[in-house]
Amino acid sequence: MNKRRHPLSVLYSVCIFLFLYAPIVVLIVFSFNESKSRGRWAGFSLRWYQELFENSTLMDALKTTLAVALISSAVAVIIGTAAALGLHYSKKRIRNLLMNITSLPMINADIVTGISLLLLFTFIGLKLGFVSLLLAHITFNIPYVILSVMPKLTQLDNNTFEAALDLGATPLQAFFKVMLPEISPGIVTGFILAFTMSIDDFVISFFTTGADVNTLSVAIYSMTRRGIKPEINALSTLMFITVLTLLIVVNVRSGRDVQKREKERR
Amino acid sequence: MKKIKLALIPYSAYALIFIVAPILLIVLYSFQDTSGALTLDNYLRFFDFSDPVYLKVLWRSIRLAFISTVICLILGYPMAYILSKLSPRVRGTIAFLFILPMWMNFLLRTYSWMSLLERTGLINTFIGWINGFLPAAVQIPSLNIMYTQWAVVLGNVYNFLPFMILPIYTVLIKIDQSLIEAAQDLGASRGRVFRKVIFPLSLPGVVSGISMTFMPAVTTFVISRLLGGGQNALIGDTIENQFKVVGDWGFGSAMSVVLMILILITMGFIRRFESDKTGRSVLM
Amino acid sequence: MSENLIRLENIHKDYGGKQVLKSINLSVRDKEFVTLLGPSGCGKTTTLRIIGGFETPTAGVVYFDEKKYNDVPPHKRQVNTVFQRYALFPHLDVFENIAFGLRIRKTPEKEIRDAVSSMLKLVNLSGYEKRSVTSLSGGEQQRIAIARALVNRPRVLLLDEPLGALDLKLRKEMQTELKQIQTQLGITFIYVTHDQEEALTMSDTVVVMKSGRIQQVGTPIGIYNEPANAFVADFIGESNIVDGIMNHDLVCTFAGRTFECTDRGFEKDENVDVVIRPEDLKIVPPDDGMLQGVVESIVFKGVHYEMTVRSGDIVWLVQSTLPEVCGTHVGLKVAPFDIHIMRKSEAEDEED
Repeated sequence: MNKRRHPLSVLYSVCIFLFLYAPIVVLIVFSFNESKSRGRWAGFSLRWYQELFENSTLMDALKTTLAVALISSAVAVIIGTAAALGLHYSKKRIRNLLMNITSLPMINADIVTGISLLLLFTFIGLKLGFVSLLLAHITFNIPYVILSVMPKLTQLDNNTFEAALDLGATPLQAFFKVMLPEISPGIVTGFILAFTMSIDDFVISFFTTGADVNTLSVAIYSMTRRGIKPEINALSTLMFITVLTLLIVVNVRSGRDVQKREKERR
Repeated sequence: MKKIKLALIPYSAYALIFIVAPILLIVLYSFQDTSGALTLDNYLRFFDFSDPVYLKVLWRSIRLAFISTVICLILGYPMAYILSKLSPRVRGTIAFLFILPMWMNFLLRTYSWMSLLERTGLINTFIGWINGFLPAAVQIPSLNIMYTQWAVVLGNVYNFLPFMILPIYTVLIKIDQSLIEAAQDLGASRGRVFRKVIFPLSLPGVVSGISMTFMPAVTTFVISRLLGGGQNALIGDTIENQFKVVGDWGFGSAMSVVLMILILITMGFIRRFESDKTGRSVLM
Repeated sequence: MSENLIRLENIHKDYGGKQVLKSINLSVRDKEFVTLLGPSGCGKTTTLRIIGGFETPTAGVVYFDEKKYNDVPPHKRQVNTVFQRYALFPHLDVFENIAFGLRIRKTPEKEIRDAVSSMLKLVNLSGYEKRSVTSLSGGEQQRIAIARALVNRPRVLLLDEPLGALDLKLRKEMQTELKQIQTQLGITFIYVTHDQEEALTMSDTVVVMKSGRIQQVGTPIGIYNEPANAFVADFIGESNIVDGIMNHDLVCTFAGRTFECTDRGFEKDENVDVVIRPEDLKIVPPDDGMLQGVVESIVFKGVHYEMTVRSGDIVWLVQSTLPEVCGTHVGLKVAPFDIHIMRKSEAEDEED
């Protein structure tokens, strides 16, 4: 693969990246701004990082966001994995029907999903707050888990389960020792996706949370009306860097695994 | 093995309560007035052709989403193509760079554009700085699109461009190289190879890119609220307004039903073209 | 020889109304190498899976050591399987794959280590313990699958087309090796294949199946030399099969001529299939031949030449070490004991 790189295509790529990263760079740079202005540079300062940790609204919102993301992804993983297993072994008609229902929250506009859940919680008389927020997040997270696990089940060599039985494992042992390890990459992907979607969600949270429970997105949104505090820039910079580091670590490690395997093959 | 099907029961119950029932509830509410009596008024109000306020909003949403999608396609296809021509190792990293911005809260990213676009924002400051070096005759005009439809389009393009690039890219890298070589072998020029082989084969990616850009652009209410100001309300804003401000849930639900039907029709249409779901897999 | 280890009695198997196995009766002795041979869809794999416990017969009884075995689940059977595509556990290394069964049985660690290393030695892969199974070649994976099954000291090893995915040379090597392992360990092997050569090379007993029925059970030599019907004759080795009439004992008519043969016990003038192996047809000068014909094609096959000779409506396949030129008029000769007379199979099962 020795393709000539046309200078025009390089220039084009640079422009696109500039477009995509400009707001992020602005955001990160201004998180270190001494002044409160979001347009004028007044010197370097860590002031907003300090104030961030003293801002209880934001810290509470961060805690809520993480708690909702963790719990909802964990629950979604359990229900979703079980559902994927059941779907994989059920009749085609039932599978198609349920898969269509499952894809509804993904196809549908977030705003419609959010409103429909708001109506449900009102209808059954559930007070809007942490619980309703959690249920909403579980709802839109399950499809991601199912869609991550299903392909792994399809790839699964059916014989390995039988092989485990053949070697003396009970069906339950065979499931935990053979099937689960093989579909676990799908489960992990599902969890990460669900977690990300949960943290990133604004619209559905906006409609399903109560006045006293805020996720970060909801807090940010209500701030945009009164003007964003630079602390939030500091917080997103921190979160962005955390995610970036995690992703790089994961990529480097999986890259090393691939290399190791390739070496073995030789 | 038979017992494994029982694992489906909790989810079936969950899906029934939290996916199916809420949608039925929206439909139910859409036929109710504020007192709870059954009525068709909500729909009549929306489809009022003598005073088409809401139809205009819907039309504006579709128009802006369409423009945004076209721009995304024009910007995104060449990018995906350039990306697919890189060596496998490099292109993985670069593709990763397209996903990376999505890990920063999208409200903040959109908000950040305000700092850039404002009358006295960073872009205009930059233009002013350049103008300082230029003779008076060739001054660059300042950019004043904040709180216009174009700001909304820009916000859409910015937020959804990666969703256009990645599906196309995924399809492009899967095209069998030998097909391209075969076309060249049969005497096709580079331009013809692109038009006759590469582009037709990449269409599934284009279709899923369009659906992943157009749908959220039609229904957004945050981008229009932040960048479009009050006067460029979209259907999403109007629905949100009914629920959060006006309190007319029936009318809000009716608009949601209209939106939902629109989405389902479009998706049904798109699925016919989408031979595989490869485009989505990258993001999931 | 010892008595029957496995006995299948009148086994039937239906899948959604489709009969896959019809009245299978089969006995397997201890330490025997039995091969189930037949074209795809003949029910051989289903039979194996019933013995392994992965399928329940619709009707009939499976006996193991003369005890009814129908309701014993796979993990409690003294039977292990080598699966068609090996079914190695991709998340475990070679050592853990082989140790899997022993760990389930909570064998002490030291015993596990000894057992695994002796198994690796048996399959000639010593030192492979820490390899990942996905990095192995097809042949190596195959050996690991065999080791993984054998380490549990099964009474019976079931092998489902284990060599199907290997190339020709490797397949030949593995055939010899498998046979050695079987003799060395003294374990009963039940082997499924569609490759007649494999079946003839390795087995003590060959069971030929077609459309869910057993066609013939016998030693490789017996089945080759005395095929029970035209299907078996055609499936095992190459054959000329022509329509004929059994005039009376020791005399038959085919290809427009009467021949002397060695079969008896047919109805007078019964319609029969006449089977002649291509190597049993001798090319002689036209006047010395029982049949006369013209050589239509000739192909060099390494050890011999394979020719087709047209005589009237019939094209005979002939093998000979001496080539003839195409278009040559030749005579064909066959000895009476090389003419095999077969009843037209009374129940012609439709192919599925």
